[in-house]
Amino acid sequence: MAEISPWAILIAAIFTSNILLANFLGMCSFLACSKQINTSLGLGAAVIFVMTATVAINYGVYHGMLVPLGLKHLSFIVFIAVIAAFVQFVEMFIERFSQGLYHALGIFLPLITVNCAILGAALFMIIRNYSFIQSLGFGFGAGLGWALAILLIAGLRKKMGYSDIPKSFQGVSIVMIITGIMAMAFMGFAGMVRIQ
Amino acid sequence: MIFVWAILVFALLLVGLSAALIVAERLLVNYGVCKLDINNGEKELEVEGGQTLLSALNGAEIWIPSACGGKGTCGYCKVRVLSGAGSKPLPTETPFLDRREVRNGTRLACQVKIREDLRLRIPEDLLNVKLYSSVVKSTITLTHDIKEIRFSLQEPAEILQRPGQYVQIIAPSPDGPVSRAYSISSPTYETDEVELNVRLMPYGIGSTYLHNLEVGDQVAFTGPYGEFELDENPDTELICVGGGCGMAPMKNIIYSVYDRWPDRSLWLFFGCRATRDIFYLDELRELAKKHPNFHVIYALSDQLEEGETWDGETGFIHLAVDKHLQPDVRRQAFLCGPPPMIDAVMGVLREKGLRDRHIFYDKF
Repeated sequence: MAEISPWAILIAAIFTSNILLANFLGMCSFLACSKQINTSLGLGAAVIFVMTATVAINYGVYHGMLVPLGLKHLSFIVFIAVIAAFVQFVEMFIERFSQGLYHALGIFLPLITVNCAILGAALFMIIRNYSFIQSLGFGFGAGLGWALAILLIAGLRKKMGYSDIPKSFQGVSIVMIITGIMAMAFMGFAGMVRIQ
Repeated sequence: MIFVWAILVFALLLVGLSAALIVAERLLVNYGVCKLDINNGEKELEVEGGQTLLSALNGAEIWIPSACGGKGTCGYCKVRVLSGAGSKPLPTETPFLDRREVRNGTRLACQVKIREDLRLRIPEDLLNVKLYSSVVKSTITLTHDIKEIRFSLQEPAEILQRPGQYVQIIAPSPDGPVSRAYSISSPTYETDEVELNVRLMPYGIGSTYLHNLEVGDQVAFTGPYGEFELDENPDTELICVGGGCGMAPMKNIIYSVYDRWPDRSLWLFFGCRATRDIFYLDELRELAKKHPNFHVIYALSDQLEEGETWDGETGFIHLAVDKHLQPDVRRQAFLCGPPPMIDAVMGVLREKGLRDRHIFYDKF
């Protein structure tokens, strides 16, 4: 996929192939933390940062170590280990150097360790054969796309506080339905850029 | 061969990541030894950095009240941090702090992590709080849900309390020890014992633990805490209003007062639902015979059941307070009971001319 510019990938990862709305990855924290705009903003920021950074690190590990040694089949377990270690490191780092940021992101970082969108981004990068720069664009874009989706849902859920939802649809079920509708709306971007 | 490589690579990667994390932990999480300066040099401590202020103070045997075990849910462990803990409270603390407290640097000790030298201000009272070990001396069932439990102190062997203060019982729970506050019902002159009135709350951690104690069991608690402060002037009339197990501090006040000032004027108002909630009435009426200025008034808020007789007041307790007290007498009031009762009684007392600073209350 050498021909697509990283910018196009970034835009595509936000709109046309949004990792949450097109691939439905990272649903659990998406459903659990989208009740308030502030919370989802914090989680979104954490996902953007961790996704961009881990995609870059995993690119290095995969192409620098696993491919030359013919160990591509280890990629899952290796990626997960790298992501977990990175999140742990980031948590220590920001706790030491930025109290404000720690308390904005702190409780979300452990959630991100097991966020499948993060692992998904690393795996897409391999399946789609991205170069390093393309991977960076993809990681950042996918993070932005995820954050955008959770922010939109948080906004809607806040508005929905005033709506009269049938009892059987209250809570997570209505959120699933709106997410589906939103995913359909995002399909309107489909012709714009195309990756995969 | 590929298997060996696979295992080797994965092992190396894990070792590498762990090593990196250990180095990072060494460099980032280790804060070294930090100094705590309490009340402008009155007490100086050197503690390991990285822990919370609450656990550091507890480790130095300064017992800051706390009921939730450091989870930031009770809001009791307030101390003033003058410098060294960041400029403003964390989002976890703000629900428990009012504007004045935010301005003067009040923080929840369980949420403040020690990263550098701190300057603290802790009320003198709290510095005198000690950890006591005791054994259960007796338990008496007072009503269907209230027990009187008496502890003999072991170490330290003596407690100096002001009437109306409370202790925090350390009770075991599935998530580790938690503290629960109970007012001391034994008078101040009984310095080697502590007595509590405990109402059994369904599923309550502290009350279930206390109700299941047997004579001879070991119990630990910290104390005394509390801002109740009796007016030393014997001409000030005292008003005690209690409901439920809010009797405990009142009993303490009554016996302590009549030990020192046999002629002092004191009104006890005690609100119950039904006759089965009444306790200590005979004992207190006996005391009232010895001290003519002591007035005991119990009121029942529920209808009497058939066949019951009752010679006291009926209706809610604030009505009895309103009925019996003359306005504009120099008074001090102590209130202990459920919040609606306290609010109603506060209203009546204000009408009778009491200022808020002469009213001490404890809502539970």
